[in-house]
Amino acid sequence: MRFLYFFVRRFLHSIFVLLGLSVVIYVISRIVPGDPARMAVGYQAPQWVVNNMREYMHLNDTIPVQFFYWLRSALSGDLGISLLTRRPVIDDIRQVFPATLELALYAGLIMAIGGIMLGTLSAHHKDKWVDNVVRVFAYMGIVTPAFVFGIVFTLVFGFWLNWLPTIGRISPDLTSPPVVTGLMTVDSLLAGKPLIFIDAVKHLLMPSIALAMAGLSQGARITRATMSDNLGKDYIAAERALGIPERQVLWKFLLKPSLIPTVSILGLDIAAAIGNAFLLELIFSWPGVSRYGVRAMLAKDLNAISAVVLILGLAFVVVNICVDLVVGILDPRIRLSAQRNE
Amino acid sequence: MSGHPLLEIKDLYVQFNVYGGALKVLDGVNIEVHPGEKVGLVGETGAGKTTTMKAVLHVLPEPAAQITGGEILFDGQDILKMVPSQLKQIRGKGIAMIFQDPTLALNPVFTVGEQMSAVVQYSMEAGRNLTKREVRERSITTLKEVSLADPERLLGNYPIQLSGGMRQRICIAMALAARPKLLIADEPGTSLDVTIQDQVLRLLDELVEKRNTAIILITHSLGVVRERTDRVYVMYAGNIVENAPTTQLYSRSFHPYTQGLMAAVPKLTGGGVSDGIPGRMPAYLNPPQGCRFSPRCPRVMEICRGEKPMLREASPGHQVACFLYPRGNELEINTKWNVSSGG
Repeated sequence: MRFLYFFVRRFLHSIFVLLGLSVVIYVISRIVPGDPARMAVGYQAPQWVVNNMREYMHLNDTIPVQFFYWLRSALSGDLGISLLTRRPVIDDIRQVFPATLELALYAGLIMAIGGIMLGTLSAHHKDKWVDNVVRVFAYMGIVTPAFVFGIVFTLVFGFWLNWLPTIGRISPDLTSPPVVTGLMTVDSLLAGKPLIFIDAVKHLLMPSIALAMAGLSQGARITRATMSDNLGKDYIAAERALGIPERQVLWKFLLKPSLIPTVSILGLDIAAAIGNAFLLELIFSWPGVSRYGVRAMLAKDLNAISAVVLILGLAFVVVNICVDLVVGILDPRIRLSAQRNE
Repeated sequence: MSGHPLLEIKDLYVQFNVYGGALKVLDGVNIEVHPGEKVGLVGETGAGKTTTMKAVLHVLPEPAAQITGGEILFDGQDILKMVPSQLKQIRGKGIAMIFQDPTLALNPVFTVGEQMSAVVQYSMEAGRNLTKREVRERSITTLKEVSLADPERLLGNYPIQLSGGMRQRICIAMALAARPKLLIADEPGTSLDVTIQDQVLRLLDELVEKRNTAIILITHSLGVVRERTDRVYVMYAGNIVENAPTTQLYSRSFHPYTQGLMAAVPKLTGGGVSDGIPGRMPAYLNPPQGCRFSPRCPRVMEICRGEKPMLREASPGHQVACFLYPRGNELEINTKWNVSSGG
């Protein structure tokens, strides 16, 4: 029960974080040069149209009042019209965000499973050849940008070996399942179409692995470091000394305390992946929010930019709450101290 | 003591491989423990007491730590040559260990119950799995044996929710859960305040007495050893420098180091406080040639710097590793340690 309270409190904190973020976004969008009213109506429009538009957009009011109007409509789901697509920004976001979310979720899954497994393997065989291979692999994973992996994968598995599709979310000859969640793999299963599911997974493989490489490597390194540190702890020696089988010592009593730092780092990596997916979304023609955001920036499409920044901020906040939840489950010290501070 | 020893550590060498070389920590350690015997292992911090005992249970952090020589016989079988399934039969059931700091010896992210049940589960004879209920009941009985109140509630607690004394008792309970023949207690209660430490030691005495468990009591306090052991081993820089029946050691010690330790014990009856033994224990990276105590020894001779003294019988049942005593049946040579007055 008190744990629940901790989360309600954590959630309320997040609302203030988002409020702060929206202030920053709004102020920045208003201090950049250029008249939003002029941009909205176009360069050929006569001055009186611009003046009407200024009135309509509340641009003659003070900035705090403007922010209040903006926030009020943002809360009701109205983020304005995109200059680029001439559609409500919220509709655009609804369309592009799930694609990136799906990519980031799969990348996160690969990061977590791959990172923890490689790190564990490395720690159990510390300073042996397995460990050395993993460490070199991890260094390479960290220093190589995701788009390089994207290009190499496309070349090798897409063009040379021809194993995996290189563009889009599903093959063009298939029709998308009805949109429920916006996640292709989930929607296809909900619609009972396993073939579309398999096709969607094939499309996801290369971009999500490329996106996951940095986080996976980071996760492997952190897991290895924490685990080999914990291997020297007295409680592990004590558990071994009391006759608890080695397998249980390693996979239960060592793994749980060693995951705590990894979970925190992976949380940040997953949230960052949503924003960093941009180049991969270009390479794989992935209709996602990063690509949308960069196009909006190039076109000075302020409403769309604000919406993208806000959605990325929201993703960070949500991921952080999830991380706190998982760390709280793993580590009673954090859970209990959170209760004591009340 | 007659009969076969329960535990026999023969000429044990352990080194820690670190960046820049090897720390030669244990330099030929010999210890014998007979069934039901109470043995004290005394020495300064860093003398290798804990390392020796971790080697006995084969829980040194390998590959950094490496056993480079010697044998550890338990009931006549060499622990160092055992395969994991044999080792499983020894750990907990044959030999159990209470680690130095109960705060570090308990896993911080599992409840007392989760840790107890893992221990209890494997404390049984092979071939029978306990049901969840049996495990819980046994955990509760085990906790009751160490005089912990409200064991049902304790099982659901995490170590950080408990006091130091409770953690120590839980460590003792876990070590005794499988009724070991030999209990190794590494400075029990040292991290606790004095009154609690005394309670813990008395509890330990009682449990060990009741079951006739052999015990190795590791400590740096000669007072603790004097009251509760049959035989004392004195350890210095990875060597056993002297061992004797407790009463004999206190009435007549041979090794200059032991004599220094004795002089360092504050006495209630006049005298004063010793300055202790001047100097520090040598670094293990380049330990002194010959006797490792030679750089600090007031009676150092030429031979001490070149050759390592072996443990030899100085009087019946009393062994010492020192060139001051080259033959058997020696007279005690008293080393004057500087005892300042007033203190």
